[in-house]
Amino acid sequence: MIVTIWGSRGSLPSPSPENSLYGGNTACVQVSQGDTLLVLDAGSGIRRLGDDFPPGITKVDILLTHLHLDHIMGLGFFMPLYLPDMTVNIWGPTSTKESLDTRLKRYLSPPLFPIRLQDLPCQPHVFEINHSEFEIGPFKIKSAYVCHPGPTLGYRIENGRSVVTYLPDHEPALGSSNFPNEPDWTSGYDLAQGADLLLHDAQFAKEEYLPRVGWGHSSVNDALKFAKLAEVKKMLLFHHDPSHSDAKLRTLLKGETERQRFPFEVGIAAEGDVLELS
Amino acid sequence: MPANQIEIILSRQLADSLSIPVFLTDTEGNLLFYNEPAEELLGKRFEETGKMPVSEWSTIFKPIDESGKPMPPEELPLVKTLTFHEPAHGTFWIESLTGEKANISVTAYPIIGRPDRFLGAVAIFWKNKT
Repeated sequence: MIVTIWGSRGSLPSPSPENSLYGGNTACVQVSQGDTLLVLDAGSGIRRLGDDFPPGITKVDILLTHLHLDHIMGLGFFMPLYLPDMTVNIWGPTSTKESLDTRLKRYLSPPLFPIRLQDLPCQPHVFEINHSEFEIGPFKIKSAYVCHPGPTLGYRIENGRSVVTYLPDHEPALGSSNFPNEPDWTSGYDLAQGADLLLHDAQFAKEEYLPRVGWGHSSVNDALKFAKLAEVKKMLLFHHDPSHSDAKLRTLLKGETERQRFPFEVGIAAEGDVLELS
Repeated sequence: MPANQIEIILSRQLADSLSIPVFLTDTEGNLLFYNEPAEELLGKRFEETGKMPVSEWSTIFKPIDESGKPMPPEELPLVKTLTFHEPAHGTFWIESLTGEKANISVTAYPIIGRPDRFLGAVAIFWKNKT
């Protein structure tokens, strides 16, 4: 299983010289094995994946965590959507009233976008999921709602040997009175438990989080606590705040790792990272 | 033990934040949590009782109707909600574990997550002035 980061920024694309190391594109992660290609979220990073799309691939499955703009804004700029022979499946969360198809069409239609979802040459198939388990190629995928405003899924992807968990927008501390000490009362725990790689929301510094409780994001400190609780093997901080420069991100992580040692490898997700899991 | 689903986690967090007594159960009626105000009404801390099946909690607090007769579990609002997945309301007496009697009103509602998943029930208690 190969995991490629095409965008790790949160909220808003933030290209700038100060962000050149970790990148300014919003959430998009490719998970590949053989001819199977999954795309986790369609943030602005998906455009570069489209430009660099592996030759010979005729099917792509896009798994959306939720429909906040930073997670779908790149969809209309994803080149494979314009290939008539490409099979494109879009998976995303069920809502209470409107279908996923209807909600996606709000963005992929005028006046927000010139081309309608139903007019895309690939004629994408849209699938609604919630607490679901399904298979795509060699991958077993588990999805579940997690703590973030609006219907929002997290994903656990297994290939029989390795597990990658994707929780880009997640505030587990909000739903727990005793965070991080009760696994069975912690949002996202089942998805992350024992993962070889966890990509987790770490948008805020500790002091930035306090006035933003309930916004659906985690502090770096809480993200690390969650990873420790879930006993993951490696964690990459994800969904970087648009205002956080490369230097700020390094300072935040250094501050945490100097204060305590973690029983897992920890780093900062950067655009262009390629991670090979067995 | 698998983690609870997010709707249950957030229901407990809300209950924990309120100063009115609240009960939280799973789909089978197993008592998952009650908050501090409920502890005061029921006479025992949740840490002491722990999780309880419906057969236990529906009798342990000795519900009594207005005429003084013990109420069968199926008459309790929370049990009705668990059975029919609908809100229910009722007023009756309970005898707490410390032996104190209280007239209470109970409103119970089902927790139905997206998309139409029945996940458990919440009961809110009001101690009436008598």
